[in-house]
Amino acid sequence: MAAERKDWKLVGRSPRKVDGMSKVTGATKFADDLSMPRMLHCKLHRSPVAHAKIVSVDTSEAEAVPGVVAVITGACMPIPFGILPVSQDEHALCRDRVRFVGDPVAAVAAVDEETAFEAAMKIKVVYEPLKAVFTPQEALKTPEPRIHDYGDEGNVHKKISMEFGDVEQGFSEADQVFDDVFFFEGNTHLPMEQHATLAWRDPDGKLTVWSSTQTPHYLHRAMSKVLEMPPSRVRIVACPNGGGFGGKSDPFNHEIVVGKLSMLTNRPVKIALTREEVFYCHRGRHPVLMRFKTGVKQDGSITAMACKTLLDGGAYGSYGVASTYYTGALQTVTYKVPHYRFDGVRCFTNKPPCGPKRGHGTPQPRFGLEVQLDKIAERLGLDPAELRLRTLQPAHALTANFLKIGSMGLGACIRKVVEASGWKDKFRKLPRGRGVGLACSSYISGAGLPIYWNALPHSGVQLKVDRGGGVTVFCGETEIGQGSDTILAQCVAEVLGLDLLDLRVVVGDTDLTPVDLGSYSSRVTMMMGNAAIQAAERARELIAKAVSEKTKVPVAQLEFAGGRVFDVSDPTGKTSMSFAEAAVVAEAKWGTLGTVGSYTPPPSPGRYRGAGVGPSPAYSYSAAVVEVEASEDTGMVTVKKVWVAHDIGRAIHKAMTVGQVEGGVYMGLGEALMEEMSYRPNRFGVHKMPSMLEYKSLTTMEMPEVETHLVEDPDPNGPFGGKEVGQGPLLPMMPAVANAVYDALRVRVDEIPVSPEKVLRALASKDRRFGPTSFPDIEMPPVTKVPTPWQGGSGRATEHETQAGGVRS
Amino acid sequence: MTEPARESASPAKKKARAPRKAKAPARPRKVTTTLRVNGEDHEVAFLPHKTLLEVLREDLGLTGTKHGCELGECGTCTVVVDGEPMLSCLLLAVECDGREITTVEGLSTAQGPHPLQRAFADLNAAQCGYCTPGFLCASKALLDRDPSPSRDTIREELAGNLCRCTGYGKIYEAVERAAAVMRGEPVPPVPGIDPASPTGEVARGC
Repeated sequence: MAAERKDWKLVGRSPRKVDGMSKVTGATKFADDLSMPRMLHCKLHRSPVAHAKIVSVDTSEAEAVPGVVAVITGACMPIPFGILPVSQDEHALCRDRVRFVGDPVAAVAAVDEETAFEAAMKIKVVYEPLKAVFTPQEALKTPEPRIHDYGDEGNVHKKISMEFGDVEQGFSEADQVFDDVFFFEGNTHLPMEQHATLAWRDPDGKLTVWSSTQTPHYLHRAMSKVLEMPPSRVRIVACPNGGGFGGKSDPFNHEIVVGKLSMLTNRPVKIALTREEVFYCHRGRHPVLMRFKTGVKQDGSITAMACKTLLDGGAYGSYGVASTYYTGALQTVTYKVPHYRFDGVRCFTNKPPCGPKRGHGTPQPRFGLEVQLDKIAERLGLDPAELRLRTLQPAHALTANFLKIGSMGLGACIRKVVEASGWKDKFRKLPRGRGVGLACSSYISGAGLPIYWNALPHSGVQLKVDRGGGVTVFCGETEIGQGSDTILAQCVAEVLGLDLLDLRVVVGDTDLTPVDLGSYSSRVTMMMGNAAIQAAERARELIAKAVSEKTKVPVAQLEFAGGRVFDVSDPTGKTSMSFAEAAVVAEAKWGTLGTVGSYTPPPSPGRYRGAGVGPSPAYSYSAAVVEVEASEDTGMVTVKKVWVAHDIGRAIHKAMTVGQVEGGVYMGLGEALMEEMSYRPNRFGVHKMPSMLEYKSLTTMEMPEVETHLVEDPDPNGPFGGKEVGQGPLLPMMPAVANAVYDALRVRVDEIPVSPEKVLRALASKDRRFGPTSFPDIEMPPVTKVPTPWQGGSGRATEHETQAGGVRS
Repeated sequence: MTEPARESASPAKKKARAPRKAKAPARPRKVTTTLRVNGEDHEVAFLPHKTLLEVLREDLGLTGTKHGCELGECGTCTVVVDGEPMLSCLLLAVECDGREITTVEGLSTAQGPHPLQRAFADLNAAQCGYCTPGFLCASKALLDRDPSPSRDTIREELAGNLCRCTGYGKIYEAVERAAAVMRGEPVPPVPGIDPASPTGEVARGC
């Protein structure tokens, strides 16, 4: 296996990205950069009310606007869709009900954008208002009217209750039990590129859709379903995304609408969302109220942990069931937790739907867990770094909830940031107003199970070798700025000994490329990388056999490097030939040269209901120290510097790895300090600030210096040993900032974002804390009890469980 | 499966045709202007309320200039106008008659990419690349005015441009590297990138 080599030519280096120059010259074509002759422009008419029945839709005035070619309503698309098979609850256009301000009701196609906009404004919709709910607490108290006619009950979408081992026994063994409530406000992806889609049903009956999507395969399925066209006649091309972060992972209304409009008008139709509309699409971080009850021994070891989460899901299912499971899935992979219980509840509310944002459901509980550990360390008189080092999960462990860990570099990460930041000289020793905080995290390197149940590979790669020595690599992966095109080329070029310029990658095209499930769950390098290596090794084998036959050099002695194929034991180089010559020899022997590779994650040991969320081929680990300045007068928190260490397994591309770490730090600091989605419940659930000016994010003036350290502990499952980096490094930021604020001012802000107002209110309060004080009593379904591995558990549940399976992500 | 080609369009078309002749308020008429973009004159006709961003992208096909908000909040659409970084989404194209406009497409010359472009590519200062044209134009305006900006100056000058991918660090480094190149100073090689290669790729056999 390629992972064994040490003398790599490309792996571990930082060649210029295969699309590097295109991106700095304006040559990269994002979805809205595309246009076609006779192209129409689409605008959506969106609901101005949060919850209502649609009584009537009058499109006559809109149709009368000169330049309008078609106006459609939900009547023409009756089939629902949704990313998860268990929540097919969206319609391309609302049919009988609107569920949040911004829900699309009708669409116009016109000769230009202004005409479409003018016409969309002239659509008259009569609504019969329904009671709207804006918080999960309200949703729990308001079972009627239901926002959806499915879900566990009333306006509760999903309830989950699982126990691994026996937490009561664990708590009884504890010296101290900590019980804390935290809140994490919702926030959004805010990619710089607004979503855009161009669709064209051509005269030969095929529909092509170019879109800013992270998941062309899932969009392919949704389009085909709603438009009632066989998948063979629908082609999705994922354009390079101008940032995704999870915000372009769902199939969206507007994508399906322009497909329909193209079918109706026989013309290409494009839609480009405004920034305000992007806020309505959302699918970002769920607001989560959480309660952590954790028992510890005097030495800091954890005896049991019980975690409850209450998620504000917004108006649709989206990835929400998976998100809910994720709020309970990964607490066990960083520290040893012998008994673990998780209760999660997701409610529907009349706000834009929440879904997966970088970290998908895990940053919220990670915040609670890491802040609580800080409190535990203080009470026990332990250094927070030392506490964590004492309780680390060992490598290759099986957790209480049956997650199989591979390589585990968290200890090395903690030691790196402790040393680099001068932690021991700073913690509890800096002058008042200045403080340091530490936190850790872990994230999956790809979800172990696909979104819809199937036994197929998660990633496929095809490889075509040209007589001229060029190699074309086909894969359904989607470049969203993380550099997946370059990783794809690097993996193949490494195995075949080629220069990146000798390769062309063709990606994210459901007609041309084999399926890769998409750029979500930090899965691409892991899964596509392994598939690419397999395809390349098969090509190498074909070529090597043919060259060996011709040159009489044994296959084992043939080396592929520097664009040549040669006998490593022959210093004269007499048998050396160029890769192109070798390709000709191989084509003469085998016929047309092409190979395939595919990757399916290893089966997960968990067999209980809900075991589909959490398993991964490998887990990344991160640790961070943040130094802040916090003002007692204004409550302002300024981050002075961040030290972060990330266990990447192996950095296939060093510069891109560091880029992902620092991008994650940036986004995490934004969440920690200022980013939040807020609505006006007293004004009908209108989004308070759907603009980039009002939705605060870090500019160059707020972003501190970041010192990045990579820990390379190769994972046996990773391509060349590599693990994920796209999401994990974001997670420690929020708890590290909160912990640093405590070090600076001795106040606890148990709520994200840590805004100046909250700091001031904490300073003014008697218990020097700001945050939620209670978690509602919610009647839960019978708990699924799963004996832990150390109780002799097999991964199956003992009670209230008849079969394995359930929801996956 | 229904045959999509046979589906009837909405009744929009038929109804829309009838009452067309009623005197609607006069629609604005296009104006014709010569815009000097990237050193070339373009005679272009557009509605007078069109922004420079729209005319560049939609009438001149220069889609390298991006949009992130079209409200002057994100800096993504920054171009250089008479040496100053300007938000093309807030600038009317009619205001630009006779002014020298540079977009990302105009940064490269026959001699090759602009040092800023090379530095951004070599240091991975462009991740998704969507905010990059705006950062490049803002940085070009800065370096043309101040060949040796300090890190703090760079931060201040780029404070109007948002990037959601990089955390800005690599962008500062790229601007500093380009500034050094433009001053004619030697710069250290970027690990993994062959400075002799026209594209910067790793040379064969390295």
